[in-house]
Amino acid sequence: MESKTGIVGYGAYIPRLRIKVETIADVWGKDGAAIKAGMKLVEKSLPNIDEDTITIAVHAAHNALHRAGIDPAKIGAIYVGSESHPYAVKPSSTVVAEAIQMSNDYTAADLEFACKAGSAAVQLCMGLVGAGMMEYGLAIGADTAQGAPGDALEYSAAAGGAAFIIGAKKEEMIATIDCTYSFSSDTPDFWRRKLAKYPSHGGRFTGKPAYFRHVESATKGILERTGMKIEDFDYVVFHMPNGKFPSVVAKKFGIPPEKMEAGFVVSKIGNTYSGSSILGLTAVLDIAKPGQKILMTSYGSGAGSDSFVFTVTDAIEKKRNLARTTEEYIKDKVYVPYTTYAKYREKIC
Amino acid sequence: MHKTSVPGVWRRFKNRYQIVGTQCETCKTNFYPPRELCPKCRRGGKISEKKFAGLGKIVTYTRVHAAPAGYEKQVPYAVAIVQLEEGPMLTTQIVDYNTDELKIGQSVRATFRKMYEDGDEGIIHYGTKFTPIRES
Ligand SMILES: [Zn+2]
Repeated sequence: MESKTGIVGYGAYIPRLRIKVETIADVWGKDGAAIKAGMKLVEKSLPNIDEDTITIAVHAAHNALHRAGIDPAKIGAIYVGSESHPYAVKPSSTVVAEAIQMSNDYTAADLEFACKAGSAAVQLCMGLVGAGMMEYGLAIGADTAQGAPGDALEYSAAAGGAAFIIGAKKEEMIATIDCTYSFSSDTPDFWRRKLAKYPSHGGRFTGKPAYFRHVESATKGILERTGMKIEDFDYVVFHMPNGKFPSVVAKKFGIPPEKMEAGFVVSKIGNTYSGSSILGLTAVLDIAKPGQKILMTSYGSGAGSDSFVFTVTDAIEKKRNLARTTEEYIKDKVYVPYTTYAKYREKIC
Repeated sequence: MHKTSVPGVWRRFKNRYQIVGTQCETCKTNFYPPRELCPKCRRGGKISEKKFAGLGKIVTYTRVHAAPAGYEKQVPYAVAIVQLEEGPMLTTQIVDYNTDELKIGQSVRATFRKMYEDGDEGIIHYGTKFTPIRES
């Protein structure tokens, strides 16, 4: 669908702690170098003991507000997408709204759709703002993802988030959202039951019928609907469950590696789930020039993909330096041993 | 584990989530935690709400190795008295610091964090801690 809305402000947050793939591999007697090469990632971020999806969302939202330069009281909707909301019942979104000083005149909900709840939040805000029901909407995707000890996911499941303030005034936009298209189906590739601490997944089933089918179909669908070609884009971001999957899709579409590089945050922070593709987007917005076009496709197990076309506007130049960049968060890190990681994990599921 | 009164905590959300205190408009003294009466001006003081920027400096600090209930997993952690740019001093936890950043005079900024949980079934308390300002 076409849209009249755009991104007025964006913000990222990545916790400071990192654990190396080798550190985890050593504990389980696995070959760290081989895992690194196979998953194409070297380390992942993890939350400090006093960080969770809500605190990550608050920081990302603050950064988005700094860039937007708007009064938070004018935000009429807030959606926080995550698969690690701290409460089973009690929304994360209202805590975030209170922390960033929104008024009480807003609608809110927590969203859940594996790794694509953040991009779904963007679409909801586009609808509300585009329909003129409110001036601004705040869409957030954040997670403190967990893999079971010894599971392959343990190497990649990471923490981070991104926030976007969606508006309809052209002059305020740092990027227009030109189109969005989604492709969804009932595919049980990855799940977590209510009382289970860690998610289960269908092993190899997570690839072809799940990630690849949905990411490729959504991407193909948006190209058809906009009549655009891969050559029309300066940057492409796909959901990054590991370093390998998005590169396989890129190859299939004939996307040169240099168009993928800017948003390819997975190798340094892992898979931040609801924060993954949208943190790739914030990294691209940190460096993109006015007029450049961005293609982003998220993926959430279960399963679905949301694809977007963005065009960067002139306002990006003066707004992007108003908050910490994604790269600055990636570089500001401290490594922890497995013992610390294990101790904290007890508290952060 | 201590259980806090939920309504009691809820009323103070604003003072904890952001650093919102008060100011005596008469003598311009800022208060955090908020005070309803200016000790200098007494009844002559006019008190209003004031939001602080969340920037300050470490005045003094200590490292806690024996933690009270609810904080056991965090040890050792740093607690400091931070003086806000606007004047008030507050006791706060310092987080995400490098060892050489835990020093008197270190510039710090507010960061939204989890404070503690009322056990496994109670509410999660969020609030403000401080972290060193680091140019990257
Ligand atoms: Zn006074």
